[in-house]
Amino acid sequence: MRVLLDTAMVLLVFTNLRLLGLSRINASIRTVAAQGVLLGLVALASHAGAWNARILLIAAVGIAIKGVAFPLLLFRALRAAKIRREVEPFLGYIPSVLAGVAAFLLSLGIAARLPLPGRPPSDLIVPTALTTMLVGLLVIVSRKKALSQALGYLVFENGIYVFGVGVAYEAPALVEMGVLLDVFVAVFVMGIIVFHIAREFDSIDTTRLATLKE
Amino acid sequence: MLSALVLIPAATAVLCFFTRSASLRRALLLGAAACHAGISLATWFRQPGDAWNGALRLDAIGQPFLSVLSALFLVAAVYAVGYLRRESPGVREDFLEGFRFTNAPEAVFTGCLLFFLSTMTLVILSENLGLLWIAIEATTLSSAPLIYFHRHHRSLEATWKYLMICSVGIGLALLGNFFLAVAATSATGGSVPLSIHALCERAATLHTPWLKAAFILLLVGYGTKMGLAPLHTWLPDAHSEAPSVVSALLSGALLNCAFVGILRVFQICVAAGLGPYAQGFFVWFGLLSIGLAAAFLLAQRDYKRLLAYSSVEHMGILALGLGLGGTAAFGALLHAVNHSFAKAMLFLLAGNILAAYHTKSVSEVRGVLRRIPVTGVLWIAGLLAITGSPPFGTFVSELLILRGALEQGRFWIAAMYLGLLTVIFIGMAATMTRMAQGFPPQTAGASEPREGSMAIVPPLALGLVVLLLGIYLPPPLDAVLHRAALALGAR
Amino acid sequence: MNASGLPALAASVLLAPLFLGVINRTKAAFAGRVGQPLFQVYFDLAKLIRKGAVYSRTTTWVFLLSPLVSLAATLVALLLLPQGGFPAALAFPGDFLLLIFVLATARFLSVIAALDVGSSFEGMGASREAAFSALAEPVLLLCLAVAAREAGRDSLTGIIGSVTGADWQRAGPALVLVAASLFAVLLAENARIPVDDPNTHLELTMIHEVMILDHGGPDLALLLYGSALKLWVMAALLAGFLLPGRTGSLVLDGLVFLAGMFTLAVAIGVVESTIARLRLHRVPQFLVGAGAFAVMALALIMR
Repeated sequence: MRVLLDTAMVLLVFTNLRLLGLSRINASIRTVAAQGVLLGLVALASHAGAWNARILLIAAVGIAIKGVAFPLLLFRALRAAKIRREVEPFLGYIPSVLAGVAAFLLSLGIAARLPLPGRPPSDLIVPTALTTMLVGLLVIVSRKKALSQALGYLVFENGIYVFGVGVAYEAPALVEMGVLLDVFVAVFVMGIIVFHIAREFDSIDTTRLATLKE
Repeated sequence: MLSALVLIPAATAVLCFFTRSASLRRALLLGAAACHAGISLATWFRQPGDAWNGALRLDAIGQPFLSVLSALFLVAAVYAVGYLRRESPGVREDFLEGFRFTNAPEAVFTGCLLFFLSTMTLVILSENLGLLWIAIEATTLSSAPLIYFHRHHRSLEATWKYLMICSVGIGLALLGNFFLAVAATSATGGSVPLSIHALCERAATLHTPWLKAAFILLLVGYGTKMGLAPLHTWLPDAHSEAPSVVSALLSGALLNCAFVGILRVFQICVAAGLGPYAQGFFVWFGLLSIGLAAAFLLAQRDYKRLLAYSSVEHMGILALGLGLGGTAAFGALLHAVNHSFAKAMLFLLAGNILAAYHTKSVSEVRGVLRRIPVTGVLWIAGLLAITGSPPFGTFVSELLILRGALEQGRFWIAAMYLGLLTVIFIGMAATMTRMAQGFPPQTAGASEPREGSMAIVPPLALGLVVLLLGIYLPPPLDAVLHRAALALGAR
Repeated sequence: MNASGLPALAASVLLAPLFLGVINRTKAAFAGRVGQPLFQVYFDLAKLIRKGAVYSRTTTWVFLLSPLVSLAATLVALLLLPQGGFPAALAFPGDFLLLIFVLATARFLSVIAALDVGSSFEGMGASREAAFSALAEPVLLLCLAVAAREAGRDSLTGIIGSVTGADWQRAGPALVLVAASLFAVLLAENARIPVDDPNTHLELTMIHEVMILDHGGPDLALLLYGSALKLWVMAALLAGFLLPGRTGSLVLDGLVFLAGMFTLAVAIGVVESTIARLRLHRVPQFLVGAGAFAVMALALIMR
């Protein structure tokens, strides 16, 4: 199971880097959906041998929301907004990928300074979680489309989720409730706002959201 | 008793969503606000017991903030009723760019306002860090529709920024909670309740590196919501685009709630002996916020943004006071109370000015004292209050923070603090007195209705509270603030 | 010099064109065609060798030298590789640097030969080849460094074939990353899809094929054979890295190795059939991605 979990972690990092290198938004949505499914598997694999209703529920809800519901919602927004690709992000694709690698190295460094108590199911959980969060933040700040930013936020959330299900294994269910609530924000509120932006501006380009500044 | 504080507004909010009659909705709003205020007043006389299996608890830190919230909301509810009467439904014209837009349905506005109250109460009462986090997240959710009340592109932009930045912040705070859980796991090996009380009790056994990392994440996360520079960027936009009554609640109550979140984490750090470590961060975040706010205040052309940056400044003062500790920590808590009332008063007055002049631009507002005299006088009084001039309460609290710095011999910090406050005073006074004096332009809105009592009484009441706090600090409040400062490591 | 590796050398020299044949048959099968015979590359080589060559007046001795030296350099690379249970003919500390060096030499000569022709098309191909290999080479170096670090050895003989099942248990993710990275380099260095298309007929999109447009007859045969051999070398590197353990029996190891090689050939065919070719400006991104994998693997192993 350890190898499986390690592999899932590396795959997660791979989806992150892929997202950074993609320009087509529907491919990006699919990548994030794949990441969502992976997360459900991570939840299962990190509790291998100790599955109970809670873990199964968390995994199932994780896959359903992050792997299915949110991507579908975004595809709908995509059709409404009639856009295909992210044009000219603030940070180009190759620098983005390099920044993603740098984020991974940084995360490894941080994780080395924060040793986990007990025996974690995988040594890669903390670095992967941090990398995913950093990549999410990078996407939020470097992409222009509101949809891409919402995707970035979801990736950021995924990073927290990885940490939550992988490390805080003893924490009360409340914390995991929090993760799901966060997804609720992403799905409903952000989805709705993206719709509003699309309707109001006939595009979901946040560079048009630049009236308010100093 | 405590669960009633949370549930009454929430239940009323649900009712509001399904009520067709506007007057009934407004009555519900006022009723819920009055109930809430009544119960919080009662807590001063009879210490309420825990609720929800100990997840809700009113302690010395929560008590003053709860009362401020109740009082502010009651006042804001009165003002909101007047505001909603003015804002007739239907298509309206934007005064800035001339396009046409509609408002969100009033039921949504009233309902979200009450949900906002319910979630903020939950933040203050939470005894569990997980619940606290959920509550702070819920404040973001319930306030986003309030900021997007006027359905046009500027408010949409403000809402998007608010959601995006605060959600990222809240996500970091969630990670901080996880880190805290890990820090506690290493100590006990067993299941970890994220109860503040329990964490404080066994703080010495917490794993220090994880606790430090958790503190930084929670500070950044909740600090985003609190508007500490450089994470404050959502704040001026949201405050300037939201209806004035919402701005008043955002500044006066919501920022305090985020501050309470930070206080809870700080409480645990102090118990774990990491007080000085945490205080270093507070001092720098504080000075940075004050400095940055000063820079943006000086040449501000929009008076609602002016007030918003002033909020950033005051949040910086709170952080600085907390960072200095001792007398200054007490001063910071008192200042939180003072600032809430003073800032809410100014935002409500800004709403009056906006209604009379139809512009947010400083240069187009002249002669407030002549056109709407009561608002004008209160505006000047508010200026004195917010800049910490005697005899207002803010003067006392800012002085206490200065004394804290001097007592510890941190003269450079004291000098920077004083210097920046002076710059801010000059900047705000120049702008705000220019608005108050002179002659109003003849053309704009000559047929506007005069200022009604619903628009005057609320800010007046708030102003009187700040004045009172400057002259006489009620002993119960003094005692509670002292106990809170003790919990935060002041001796 | 270790003579016991000679059977493996002989087999490589003989089987390299067959490797190409397997790839082509796989691609044909995917396209629903019968495809060319498995041994078509051998027929092509035989035909080309019998033909004469025509040389442009603008070319110099560089043009004549290039096919010979490229092939020779690739053969040197082959000497450095242990294959199956057979040891490498040459082994010394740091020999993987020499491997990279000789491969670079081969490429250098084909690039200057292309420039020697004086045709703008070939110049364009040469510039692309140089640019992309400049990106691919550090990735290859990084991959070999990771493998060396993982094996704790500094010679290809130690590095290849030292990865055991236990290593996969322990450092599986890092090894997968290295393998993926090596595979990407293999595709890029050998002008395969998605970087280049060996079957393209549009000069504007060609990279490797455009460089050898002016070669004919025996020269072209040498080049064709040289590139088949280079593909074999890279594939042997990857297969040797991926296949865990040794049984001890030379025959069995050799057969396992050959099976691995031809599985790899099929895999390349599948990749070429299922993936679209990248637009030229996306190629650096592909190679940077491969480099990112290698860096991550290095970080994981050094941890």
